[in-house]
Amino acid sequence: MNVLVRLSRHRSARIGLFCLLLVFGAAIFAPVLAPEGYDDQNLAMRLQPPSNESPLGTDQLGRQLTSRIIWGAQISLQIAFLATGIGLLIGSALGLVAGYYGGKIDRLIMGFMDVLLAFPGILLALAVVAVLGPGLYNVMIAVGISGIPRFARLVRGSTLSVREKEYIEAQHGLGARDIRILTKHILPNIIGPIVVLATLRVGTSIMQAAGVSFLGLGAQPPLPDWGGMVSQGRHLLRSEWWVGIFPGVAILITVFGFNLLGDGVRDALDPRVRIAKKGDEPREASAEAGRR
Amino acid sequence: MFEYAMRKAVNAIPILIGVSILVFLLVHLTPGDPARLLAGPEAYEEDIEAIRERLGLNDPLHIQYWRFISNAVRLDFGRSFRTQRPVMQDIRTRFPNTLQMAMVAITWSVIVGVSIGVYAGVRPNSLGDTVSMASALVLVSAPSFWKGLLLMLVFAYWLGWLPASGMGESFFSADGIKRMIMPAITLGTGTAAVMARMTRSSMMEVLNQDYIRTARAKGLGERNVIYRHALKNAMIPVVTLIGLQLGVLLGGAVITEQVFAWPGIGTLVINGINARDYPMVQACILLIAVIFVVVNLLVDLTYSLIDPRIRYN
Repeated sequence: MNVLVRLSRHRSARIGLFCLLLVFGAAIFAPVLAPEGYDDQNLAMRLQPPSNESPLGTDQLGRQLTSRIIWGAQISLQIAFLATGIGLLIGSALGLVAGYYGGKIDRLIMGFMDVLLAFPGILLALAVVAVLGPGLYNVMIAVGISGIPRFARLVRGSTLSVREKEYIEAQHGLGARDIRILTKHILPNIIGPIVVLATLRVGTSIMQAAGVSFLGLGAQPPLPDWGGMVSQGRHLLRSEWWVGIFPGVAILITVFGFNLLGDGVRDALDPRVRIAKKGDEPREASAEAGRR
Repeated sequence: MFEYAMRKAVNAIPILIGVSILVFLLVHLTPGDPARLLAGPEAYEEDIEAIRERLGLNDPLHIQYWRFISNAVRLDFGRSFRTQRPVMQDIRTRFPNTLQMAMVAITWSVIVGVSIGVYAGVRPNSLGDTVSMASALVLVSAPSFWKGLLLMLVFAYWLGWLPASGMGESFFSADGIKRMIMPAITLGTGTAAVMARMTRSSMMEVLNQDYIRTARAKGLGERNVIYRHALKNAMIPVVTLIGLQLGVLLGGAVITEQVFAWPGIGTLVINGINARDYPMVQACILLIAVIFVVVNLLVDLTYSLIDPRIRYN
């Protein structure tokens, strides 16, 4: 069965896609949807609680939280995709080379990856930010670097299992160059697990970047970065709780969406998992257990 | 077993060396001159040169690394650029606080996570399973700092049951325990959720094995089957996860400590990064990374004790 059809039948994936539709919709149509610009201040309206005029309230500079959260979707998705992209591209390339060539190259690359994995993700991101300095793009790089060893490890493992296959041997016999074998024959055959990890990694990237921003080392004001907005709101928590709480809900919806979609993609790509059609009985326990 | 343990320990050494090189390079990769930073903006060139000489920054890189690592194994990371106190002095007072929070967090999250995982794993697709796994996914998806603020809002500001922030005089006092509750919950919810998901899938897999069918066929009670036969085997991957999660918790503590003004090592890291206090940042990051590696080594060994097949492979 087509992977996309299986994905569209997956209940979790559908809920995830719905959440992501909201976030992507907000990011794409921000100029239309947001009542104001993300830095439009109105000091007369500062710290207004949620009401009809300002659905999610206003912050200490009288900016509409609704607008800032909607504009913030652009930043979060940018961070998510660029950071994941960095990890995906560099990690996959390293994993492919390590798995394909083996020997010393493999030991060297994977040794370095093991060293990177010895740092808890957020700490590695913080260490990179300590070197590069705070800022939106530096956070993307930092979070991206912390994703590299995860992709490298996965891709190396998959490459190892594929490189011994007969069709790869045939390519060697035909005199194909390594780069061609790697990109045209190995990569397409290991793309499944990479897609799954990338989807799940997007959520982690958003969460890590939000954490770094919360610590004041991410996107700098007045950019409407969700993690930074929660950080700005935490000092007002006692009386003006909405300033810090609503941006966190936006992070939750986005990460939740990507996690559900990631689960769905994993199931859709795994032929052992039975995905129920409409009206079917729920999934068999054994089928689900087998995949993990 | 001894041979296996030694082999694992030897494998960890290159990783530790690599970690120390990366942490050492942290200062050298950063743009700007640490000596100038330490001397202040109005210092004379001679003073900066004297500091550079004193810190050994004019020496070749490999000699600087050797000095760094030989001091580090003696737990000497120099003086903080910010406070001028020996770095280890601050870490010695702060690190136990972080460890305390991480230990409480991992303890409750393992107990709760595994219990929920077992409950859900033996009743797949039931209402309880669906609700608990959906909640677990929501908890995994919520950033820890936001969960902390939410707890603070409800339990400290709205209900007034718990103090909003800070650490008590002693953990073994009513005040100390009260102050520990919210940080430990904040830090541990993600772990509990991951643990529940992992235990559930592991449990479901084990319950489908032939030996479980045999156990049932020979008339063992369901409780016996689940707790004596299934759970023991289902715990094997969960043990690995505990080790990994301890590292995650130590990293995550950096954020939780900021939320609750908890005087731990995380606060030192953040203050260090903000003030470009490199000796402090290096020492804290190296310490956490080394603990992470050592814990994983211990987990590997525990793993092989629980499952002897691993040793022979």
